[in-house]
Amino acid sequence: MPVSADAPRPIVDARGLWKRYGALTVLHGVDLSVAERELVFIIGPSGSGKSTLLRCLNRLEEPDDGSIHVDGIELLSPKTDINAARRRIGMVFQSFNLYPHMTARQNVMLALRKVLGKSRDEADSIAAAALHRVGLGERMDHHPAQLSGGQQQRVAIARAIALEPRVMLFDEPTSALDPELVGGVLNVMRELRESGMTMVVVSHEMAFARAAADRVVFMADGQKLEEGPPAQIFGDPQHERTRAFIRQIDRH
Amino acid sequence: MSGLENFLFSFFNLKVMATYLPLVAQGLALTVLLALLIVVAGLALGLALAVLRSFGIRPLNWLIIFTVDLFRALPPLVIIVLLFFGLPTLGIGLSGFAATWLSLTLVLMAFSEEIYWAGITAVPKGQWEAARSTGLSFLQTLRMVVLPQALRITIPPLTNRTIAITKGTALGSVVGVAEILGASQSAMSFSANPSALTLGAIAYLVLFIPVVALGRWIETRFAWKR
Amino acid sequence: MDDFLTAFLNVEIVREAWPILWQGFLYTLALSAITVPLGMVGGVILALLSTAGPRGIRWAAAAWTDLFRAIPPLVLLVFLYAGLPFAGLDVGAWGAVAIGFFLNTGAYYGEVLRAGIGSVPRGQVEAARSTGLSQAQALAHVVLPQAVRNVLPDLVSNTLEVVKLTSIASVVALPELLFQARQAQNATYNATPIVAAAIAYFLLLWPLVRLISRLENKAMAGR
Repeated sequence: MPVSADAPRPIVDARGLWKRYGALTVLHGVDLSVAERELVFIIGPSGSGKSTLLRCLNRLEEPDDGSIHVDGIELLSPKTDINAARRRIGMVFQSFNLYPHMTARQNVMLALRKVLGKSRDEADSIAAAALHRVGLGERMDHHPAQLSGGQQQRVAIARAIALEPRVMLFDEPTSALDPELVGGVLNVMRELRESGMTMVVVSHEMAFARAAADRVVFMADGQKLEEGPPAQIFGDPQHERTRAFIRQIDRH
Repeated sequence: MSGLENFLFSFFNLKVMATYLPLVAQGLALTVLLALLIVVAGLALGLALAVLRSFGIRPLNWLIIFTVDLFRALPPLVIIVLLFFGLPTLGIGLSGFAATWLSLTLVLMAFSEEIYWAGITAVPKGQWEAARSTGLSFLQTLRMVVLPQALRITIPPLTNRTIAITKGTALGSVVGVAEILGASQSAMSFSANPSALTLGAIAYLVLFIPVVALGRWIETRFAWKR
Repeated sequence: MDDFLTAFLNVEIVREAWPILWQGFLYTLALSAITVPLGMVGGVILALLSTAGPRGIRWAAAAWTDLFRAIPPLVLLVFLYAGLPFAGLDVGAWGAVAIGFFLNTGAYYGEVLRAGIGSVPRGQVEAARSTGLSQAQALAHVVLPQAVRNVLPDLVSNTLEVVKLTSIASVVALPELLFQARQAQNATYNATPIVAAAIAYFLLLWPLVRLISRLENKAMAGR
């Protein structure tokens, strides 16, 4: 397992994950380990199981077999309080999934109050700080419908980081955005990375992967075929499937 | 008497109306009370069933669906008659008021459960996932994220259905409830003049036209937008 | 339990009351076959008047609709059946039911269809007119078919309500299912006939309820 020497303790340690939907097997015993402060990028063709893998990491999908430790807690154990565990795992979705009946600020405050049990004032100031951090200090009291897609996604990031997660999962965070709005979201992700957040990103933003990732994982047909530093995966891929995928991406 | 005089004497006889106004007014009060009790109990029970159904417990859900279907399929008057004339043979006597209240409450429960449930399932799956991913529990997510959105889109159909069912309070007259129709029917037989019935019809209009207009306003105000 | 069975599900009594219950059931079907089309005709007229008529007519049609949605159908029926004869106008039980359902369910169908017509974009009429169709042709061939499809769940659910509503004809002594069940109950001093009638209503209408719930869920999910 290629874990860099300066960060020996894995925050995420998933082993032998299997996931089946009826006759279709989406994950074939996948392992994934992510070290503290590491940014791992998962790429692969659609249907490769990368989103399913990500969604298993906070148990939005229930793996059929395997084990997942996040920050030392076994997620799949029936004894684990999944709600307590999940607040240590931030998740950002392709479709933002902001609560449409709440303002940006209320979106961020909800879990602070109900999961962490913060007082209204405390939750309010944490939410304000998180929204400032993603550049939306001016728009805290807007409803999602009054925000652009890029702004909504930044609110969604603020909603996750306000809970001070140990790791952040990004599920195609820019795929639903118009091209001119992608930059703002990537900037926020870059800033997060520089602040030392551990991140697992499923995305097609290859330029961002090259520039920011510590490690790139290539998946196809529910298996991890290859992983390594971006320079190796993009510059000198070992596996034929990886080469084909990179060629296709480069053509676009 | 000319035709018009005859018509006015029969249907707008002010003397008859004045005599029976207190009786019909009492009927109006009883209708309002009955309707309020039905609305409160019916909507609350419907919501409770929809919430129970969201837990996804198979046999329980079959039972809920069957109950809901049953009270949607049966004519309210049949339920009222069954409860009023049927239960006493088991030694459980229900007053006409109680039988009407219970019947229409069950009917509103069934219809509103179906509407609430459709609203809950209309909330996108991503809303559940986002909320659960921040550590909110199932119930917290349901209460704070899903229901507020579901209830908003259910307001127009719920309002219209509630109005339609509360108008069924008139069916109580069949089992001797002295609500508006019951009261004005007895007035009609005392006075041998249908003006009391006109009075009853006016009472319904006074009561329900504002409600129908409100329903129409709500329909445009809460049109299915998000 | 035995008490319950004797009082509510007494096979002997079902057998005894069967002929008149069956007659009542057929009568209910016939009544529905008459009142549903009657209400639909009233509804189409009201919907057209309230969307395509001149301003004054539109307003009057809307007021008419609200008026008959506000009066409980049983009140209307009692008025027509028991009130009108005082003015020398005896329309009989059948007449009262026909007029009452035309007015009441017509208003409900009218409201549903009005919403349906409103849901068809203006451009549809304009496109149809631009190809030379008359206003009436555009309505009949372009607008109404789309309107009906857009509000199909409401139309079906309204139809269910009309069939259920035929039970109030028992109040004016038309020998439909509920009336016959009451007669049988009075003759036998037993609630079984009413239970049997309820089961008959349920079996008749359950498929319709299932259909509506499927249509409604689809409609709600599509928003």
